[in-house]
Amino acid sequence: MSRNRVIPGFGLSLGYATLYTSLIVFIPLAALAASGISLGAETFWAVVSHPQAVASYKLSFGASLVAALINLVFGLLVAWVLVRYTFPGKRIADALVDLPFALPTAVAGIALTALYGRNGWFGQYLEGWWGFKVAYAPAGIVVALTFIGLPFVVRTVQPVLEGLERELEEAAASLGANRWRTFRRVLLPALVPALLTGFALSFARAVGEYGSVVFISGNMPYRTEITPLLIYSKLEQYDYAGASALGVTMLVFSFILLLAINALQYWNLRRQGGG
Amino acid sequence: MSIQVRDLRKTFGHFKALDDVSLTFNSGELVALLGPSGCGKTTLLRIIAGLEYPDSGAVLFSGADATFTHVRERGVGFVFQHYALFRHMTVFDNVAFGLTVRPRRQRPSRGEIAERVHRLLELVQLDWLADRYPDQLSGGQRQRIALARALAVEPRVLLLDEPFGALDARVRKDLRGWLRRLHDELHVTSIFVTHDQEEAMEVADRIVVINQGRVEQVGTPQEIYNAPASPFVYGFIGDANRLCGHAADGWAELAGLRVPAPEFGQSEPRQVTGYIRPHDIQLQAGDQGEGVAVRVESVSQVGAALRVSVRIPDGDTSLQVELPHSGGRWPFQVGEPVKALPRAARVFAG
Amino acid sequence: MSGAVSSLSTPANAVVTRRAVTEAAWLRILLTALALAFLGVFLVVPLVLVFQEAFSKGWQAYLAALTEPDAWHAVKLTLIAAGLAVPLNVVFGLAAAWSLTRFQFRGKQVLITLIDLPFAVSPVIAGLIYVLVFGSRGWLGPWLEEHNLSIIYAVPGIVLATVFVTFPFVARELIPLMQEQGVSQEEAALTLGASGWQTFRRVTLPSIKWGLLYGIILCNARAMGEFGAVSVVSGHIRGKTNTLPLHVEILYNEYQFAAAFAVASLLALLAVVTLVAKSFLEFKHQRDRERATRAAARQEAS
Repeated sequence: MSRNRVIPGFGLSLGYATLYTSLIVFIPLAALAASGISLGAETFWAVVSHPQAVASYKLSFGASLVAALINLVFGLLVAWVLVRYTFPGKRIADALVDLPFALPTAVAGIALTALYGRNGWFGQYLEGWWGFKVAYAPAGIVVALTFIGLPFVVRTVQPVLEGLERELEEAAASLGANRWRTFRRVLLPALVPALLTGFALSFARAVGEYGSVVFISGNMPYRTEITPLLIYSKLEQYDYAGASALGVTMLVFSFILLLAINALQYWNLRRQGGG
Repeated sequence: MSIQVRDLRKTFGHFKALDDVSLTFNSGELVALLGPSGCGKTTLLRIIAGLEYPDSGAVLFSGADATFTHVRERGVGFVFQHYALFRHMTVFDNVAFGLTVRPRRQRPSRGEIAERVHRLLELVQLDWLADRYPDQLSGGQRQRIALARALAVEPRVLLLDEPFGALDARVRKDLRGWLRRLHDELHVTSIFVTHDQEEAMEVADRIVVINQGRVEQVGTPQEIYNAPASPFVYGFIGDANRLCGHAADGWAELAGLRVPAPEFGQSEPRQVTGYIRPHDIQLQAGDQGEGVAVRVESVSQVGAALRVSVRIPDGDTSLQVELPHSGGRWPFQVGEPVKALPRAARVFAG
Repeated sequence: MSGAVSSLSTPANAVVTRRAVTEAAWLRILLTALALAFLGVFLVVPLVLVFQEAFSKGWQAYLAALTEPDAWHAVKLTLIAAGLAVPLNVVFGLAAAWSLTRFQFRGKQVLITLIDLPFAVSPVIAGLIYVLVFGSRGWLGPWLEEHNLSIIYAVPGIVLATVFVTFPFVARELIPLMQEQGVSQEEAALTLGASGWQTFRRVTLPSIKWGLLYGIILCNARAMGEFGAVSVVSGHIRGKTNTLPLHVEILYNEYQFAAAFAVASLLALLAVVTLVAKSFLEFKHQRDRERATRAAARQEAS
């Protein structure tokens, strides 16, 4: 084999990459899987179908879904404005979109909690005037998850929007379509793979999020306890078995999402490549 | 240095890139590997360079086996299709690279390197670009820098992969003549890959025509053009009319045209395909004289030649004919009946 | 996953040209205002609030919160964790990108999926898996105890968790970049007699340096800011296993809001610096590309 490779370093680079990936990622994840399996089907099922766990799934998935949907709509809007229009401060706005990637989640968590708390800049009006409780309620979780998932849709849609040929729209306009119709019939279909990819990435990130949520949610079992937090509290009580069972469940879900995202990105790339 | 390749085979998955190729390249000659894209010519070049290893067969440099010698030790100069200049280095550093990576003991001094690089840049007539980066050069300039870089290590053999492929037509023409003159000056054994027959004909001492991983013909440009060894070469080199028909008793009947076919002396007619160059057909106005009666379909003038398309009455066959023309009235008009007479043809079985 | 979408290979700003086919002015203004309002509410206001709260008790309280020994220790531990995790993942990223983009081999897709996995896994699970391997009741727990080694609730665990969550950043940045650049520059170096190491150092490394730097910056930001995974393995021992984000949490839970925000402001500053550096790299990369295309166009024309 090595005789047929002219570029050097195959054995070294692949060997190191494989070893390192095994040590850091594969073996520890296998330990989790093994630990989950060792519980036996009955115990496993008892843990993952416990009403507290089920309540946490509902909250985690529900809030993540809402947050990802908000990001889908506003992400498209932000990407559109950044690509198509000029306005002062555009470069700053563009750079700022990545803030949730760069800002530690704990900082985001306490800032959002302070903002939406009863005495916060936003909270005092939302809660005081309209009685809409955000912090320490599911709405607060949605806010935090929207924050951390914000860049995904923008950053997947942006390059596709830049690559779209303006001739397409001009052709549609010349055929008598109005602007809205052009958008719906010509632009939107071209953006669908990118939008879906961004949506899935944002959703996947939200489902696993911990740092920003833990401050704003209030962590009340059955009401504002997300699944990662439930795992965390099981670990704090040295309930390794319970933590593993829930961990395996989340891991399987993440893995399926990852495969879906890869498929979406492949579709997206092919669409872009094919014009 | 002479190069020999023996029984080379190479497959990529199910794709046969080279199928039993044996060739000899003489010392100091300039050879073109010519063929359609995907025919295996680049694979052959890369195997000679040591950038790829064959599945079986051997590569010999001056008679010594070099099949699995690493590219680093082969002493070949390779010019890549898209030049592969180091983008972050100046032209000077690009050309000097091969000298500066030598082990300390064999490395020339700084002064020597500088002198040698400047000499090479003068040779390719680009000394004034030494401080530029590749991004700041035109395609033709990059090409010549790539050549200078390859020559800097004093290679025993120079290999060029589609050296003019990425250039526009005019630059390409200039560089062809330049490469030929450069080779005459340096006399280093050179092999270049091309899919452009005109390029091969103009520049090379000898041409190797390759198709589907096999060598179709090896010869000088004249031999290849005048005596194509296979139907493929006939079709690939120059224009040719391809006609189907039968042959017996030393003659072939191709869509009404009768041409000598000495290879087919048997009495039973056999199915054949004949090839006739457009300029090997004679046209005579009117319906008198030798040849087959045809009708003029279209006439156009290209440079000093007249291109006439004629239709053979029974059948859908058109013949392309090329005649010298020095101006004045065209001798034939569309719709006119004429007689077509082939002066030379080549007939293959099948 | 962040690395998968915020990549150097996408140009940051397209040139906007005036076109006949666009929206009415009022709609353009409305859409822009809406987008900016969204960014303002979700990004700018929280960022401003961090600094505002940090200084709510004045400069002295701010400085006191930062110079307190526990805070100092947290800074040091954060630097250690990032200082180890980033180089480790850089070496890995280079090895992975080299093997994945320069060779064909079986199992390639499996390796790529494993590299992506840490992006998809919850930080809590990232911590959990190390507890299961190295914790007192984990696979290696008894052996470690016997040899008086501790990983969980100690610095090595924090480093491991940080390595895990930042695992894909550099590799994910380099793989598409090196794929795009192709192998011919390296082949050219080899034909010129360069050794493998010379080829890597003098040809490969300079041509990927901006992408590499970009990956390092993102990797570092995440390494210094990671909360969930580190929280699981740290044990929250004040002055011992507290990183900056964990220190923020402790102060916050003790109702020392001003101090919590003071420490948080350091991390927010890091985020701002990261964004500036990132934009700068994108700008530089884009300029290089534009210069290249301009030069090519100029030469075509002449």
